Amino acid sequence: MRTDKLLDFDKAIELYEPVLGFEVHVELNTKTKMFCGCANAFGQGANTNTCPTCLGLPGGLPQVNKKAIESSIRLGLALGCEIAENCRFARKQYFYPDLAKDFQTSQYDEPIAFDGSVTIELDSGREVTVLIERAHMEEDAGKLTHVGGATGRIQGADYSLVDFNRGGVPLVEIVTKIIEGADADAPEVGRAYVAAIRDIVRSLGVSNARMEEGNIRCDANVSLRRRGTTELGTRTETKNVNSLRSVERAVRYEIQRQAAILEAGGTITQETRHWHEDSGTTSAGRPKSDADDYRYFPEPDLVPVAPSREWVEELRATLPEPPAARRTRLREAWGFTKLEFQDVVNGGLLDVVEETVAAGASPADARKWWTGELTRIANAQGVAVETLVTPADVAQLSALIANGDLTDRLARQVLEGVVAGEGSPAEVVEKRGLKVVSDDAALIAAIDEALAAQPDVLAKIKDGKVQAAGAVIGAVMKAMKGQADAARVRELVLERAAQ
Amino acid sequence: MTDLTRLTAAELAEKLAAREISSVEATQAHLDRIAAVDGDVHAFLHVSDHALETALAIDQRRAAGEQLGELAGVPVAIKDVLATNDMPSTSGSKILEGWLPPYDATVVARLREAGLVPLGKTNMDEFAMGSSTEHSAYGPTHNPWDLARTPGGSGGGSSAAVAAFEAPIALGSDTGGSIRQPAAVTGSVGVKPTYGGVSRYGAIALASSLDQVGPVSRTVLDAGLLHDVIGGHDPLDSTSLTDQWPSMAAAARKGATGDLLKRLRVGVVKELSGADGGFQAGVKQRFDETVAALTAAGAEIVEVAAPSFEYAVAAYYLILPAEASSNLARMDSVRFGLRVKPEGGPVTVERVMSATRDAGFGAEVKRRIILGTYALSAGYYDAYYGSAQKVRTLIQQDFAKAFAQADVLISPAAPTTAFELGSLVNDPLAMYLNDVTTIPANLAGIPGMAIPMGLAPEDGLPVGLQLLAPAREDARLYEAGAAIETLLTDSWGHSLLSQAPALKEVAR
Repeated sequence: MRTDKLLDFDKAIELYEPVLGFEVHVELNTKTKMFCGCANAFGQGANTNTCPTCLGLPGGLPQVNKKAIESSIRLGLALGCEIAENCRFARKQYFYPDLAKDFQTSQYDEPIAFDGSVTIELDSGREVTVLIERAHMEEDAGKLTHVGGATGRIQGADYSLVDFNRGGVPLVEIVTKIIEGADADAPEVGRAYVAAIRDIVRSLGVSNARMEEGNIRCDANVSLRRRGTTELGTRTETKNVNSLRSVERAVRYEIQRQAAILEAGGTITQETRHWHEDSGTTSAGRPKSDADDYRYFPEPDLVPVAPSREWVEELRATLPEPPAARRTRLREAWGFTKLEFQDVVNGGLLDVVEETVAAGASPADARKWWTGELTRIANAQGVAVETLVTPADVAQLSALIANGDLTDRLARQVLEGVVAGEGSPAEVVEKRGLKVVSDDAALIAAIDEALAAQPDVLAKIKDGKVQAAGAVIGAVMKAMKGQADAARVRELVLERAAQ
Repeated sequence: MTDLTRLTAAELAEKLAAREISSVEATQAHLDRIAAVDGDVHAFLHVSDHALETALAIDQRRAAGEQLGELAGVPVAIKDVLATNDMPSTSGSKILEGWLPPYDATVVARLREAGLVPLGKTNMDEFAMGSSTEHSAYGPTHNPWDLARTPGGSGGGSSAAVAAFEAPIALGSDTGGSIRQPAAVTGSVGVKPTYGGVSRYGAIALASSLDQVGPVSRTVLDAGLLHDVIGGHDPLDSTSLTDQWPSMAAAARKGATGDLLKRLRVGVVKELSGADGGFQAGVKQRFDETVAALTAAGAEIVEVAAPSFEYAVAAYYLILPAEASSNLARMDSVRFGLRVKPEGGPVTVERVMSATRDAGFGAEVKRRIILGTYALSAGYYDAYYGSAQKVRTLIQQDFAKAFAQADVLISPAAPTTAFELGSLVNDPLAMYLNDVTTIPANLAGIPGMAIPMGLAPEDGLPVGLQLLAPAREDARLYEAGAAIETLLTDSWGHSLLSQAPALKEVAR
């Protein structure tokens, strides 16, 4: 691959103002597809969830999925959009083998939702409001697998396979207005915006919202405007940037790449670009002109969608607290530092920590277990942390420590047991016999034995050198297999030595 | 024994119900007739190889005392535009040659559910584009009245099949007259229902906003019986109306026996009356005589104006190609149908699509795809597709005004009698003008019917009368149609089709 020349990022920002725009595709998690009754599900054999309609067979006709309309309206409302009183689907026409009908049923000039905004907070505390132009409904295409050839792309392949299980799956495409003034924060704005969309979608429950599985896909538009001028530069559209980190990297890369070309006196080609996760670079896709002619016209096989105002208001009433507002509320309620809170958010642990607190744990304990030991185990096992134990388990563990029934060290052993499926923390304590020995008689017996075995230490303690007690405490804890409260042991050691 | 092929569907149904005849007998009679005459007529593209099995199963169910639908056991022909899971469905195109759909169109499923016996698939202009059936990729159908003439189109196969007594009833589809114009030139009956009255699911789309499936028959009652079987809401067609429809057969029976004509206000559409010429003399003559007969029967005749009809054909030939260019895009060789490898050069998917479409589509289809693609192009959309949609609104307004003055509207169903094969095939504009009388109903979504109104004196060929009713008033159409049919048939003393020349029957 040709290596692009890049201009130093700070230099690029000094000379040019980056102008951004994002198109985020959200795959809805409806039971059935957008325009037919086939399951919106994956994992079965290729082309199993298909019918005459989503296969584009002659005679097939679309029917609108009402649940998808509902999800789209809720998403539109959560983005602060107006909801159209009447809107139509349109046919976007182009020939491609993954497009069963050779047109995509989409929305064109009549989106279901329009004129919204999302406010994002950057790490610096800077707030940026991204204006949403529209959120419209459309269907996904099938999945192509190109076999043979070097690149895995259609060019040069020996043949290609099409799986239409994904064809007709409902999507909402969220389009921003142009984002100006981000300056050096531009890459972070991209990441934070897509993260905000992901959080909103997740809070609504309208999508599985896993970027790594393509439930949310981002196309990033980047252009540069020379400082001191007003005219927008030529933009590129980097397609399918599918992780938050990649959004940030791709925006940064395009800024540096475009700046290098412009500085060398070149011009930017208006085109789509492919994102390469491994190398962190983009490469040229197909030229994209504003005059691309998709011959849109209103879909005659569908009647207009006309959501009643009553229904829209009913749906508005179902909206959860906006993720940003919720974060502010929880951070204040929990008294976390900004860093502590970010740990929780970045780990995707907000829900479980909240539930753990609700189950009775202190916010500090909840955070400590989820971001510490549990995250460590999850990373080691390569599984999602929230699948390891329940918030109730963590709350119970926390209570056992607070009661003095467990030490931190014992608690970690208990947790291993819970993760291993041995039961609730209380059950694991019971089964493994891990409870702290709080029977003073047993402790005193062990202490007397240890003191007798180390008469020199006893003498030192009697001389008032209490720090010498450490050796005895250690021996007692060892004899108790750690299942004793060290502080209590210390008290008793001093007591016995004084006798 | 009477020739079962000469009976109407209603008569067959009666004899079947009374067990005077079996469905196997009725089906065999029609299969024999097909074998004897279809070599000349070429109404069928495919004859079912299991019609007799289907008929036998119906007979057995009847023998077992099962309650069956009124048309159970009656044979029916199906236009090839409809998907059938047991017979190839090509829409008259080479690009779909041999394509066996994995599903039945809703109307076909309803036929089977009601116990009708599909005889086969009927010929048509490729993708229903044409007015003569000459644009079929599988050769033209011949008019049973004169084998040198066309049976009209696009549904010439269905109309010729019923006119040649190869089937008592058939399904057609009507986008701009493809049921009514062939009915007119073959002396048969055809109905285009209200848009949304009959499901389009499984009908290979020509122009989605205009297409409507409907019945083809020899009598208004038979059309009503078939309409009752196929009509009604279908959740698989989003444009399907949810109305509870009255029985069309009941309306036809009422019209045939009642005194409707004494109360009927009949509107003659000035622009479609032939007053300014444009209609063949014999067509104009029979139409004027029919108006006179209606007056004599007590009907009130009012002349109504529909000034926007002037733009109907132009608007139609923008909307239809535009939608067709989109609907036919799926014929791309990827999932079904013909696949042609390009000669020379790299084998890319684009070049395979292109070679396939070049080889698989006929000239008329290509012409309309090009027209439609152009009409939808950026910068032209408003001027063409957009303006044409406005014409639709104007035509609807014309109809609304006309129906304020009249219960039904009438006009000749076609400007001429059947024309000779080959005479218009190279003159697309003249061919398009054949639908001048039928197109307004499709643009407005209203129901229309064609029934025979005599033979033109100059050529002895059938002339059709078109009746139009307001949207959702299909029953009114059947009642009025049956009343006029009865009036005319009584005045002739026989059905028009009984006058058709005998076809040469080849021995099997």
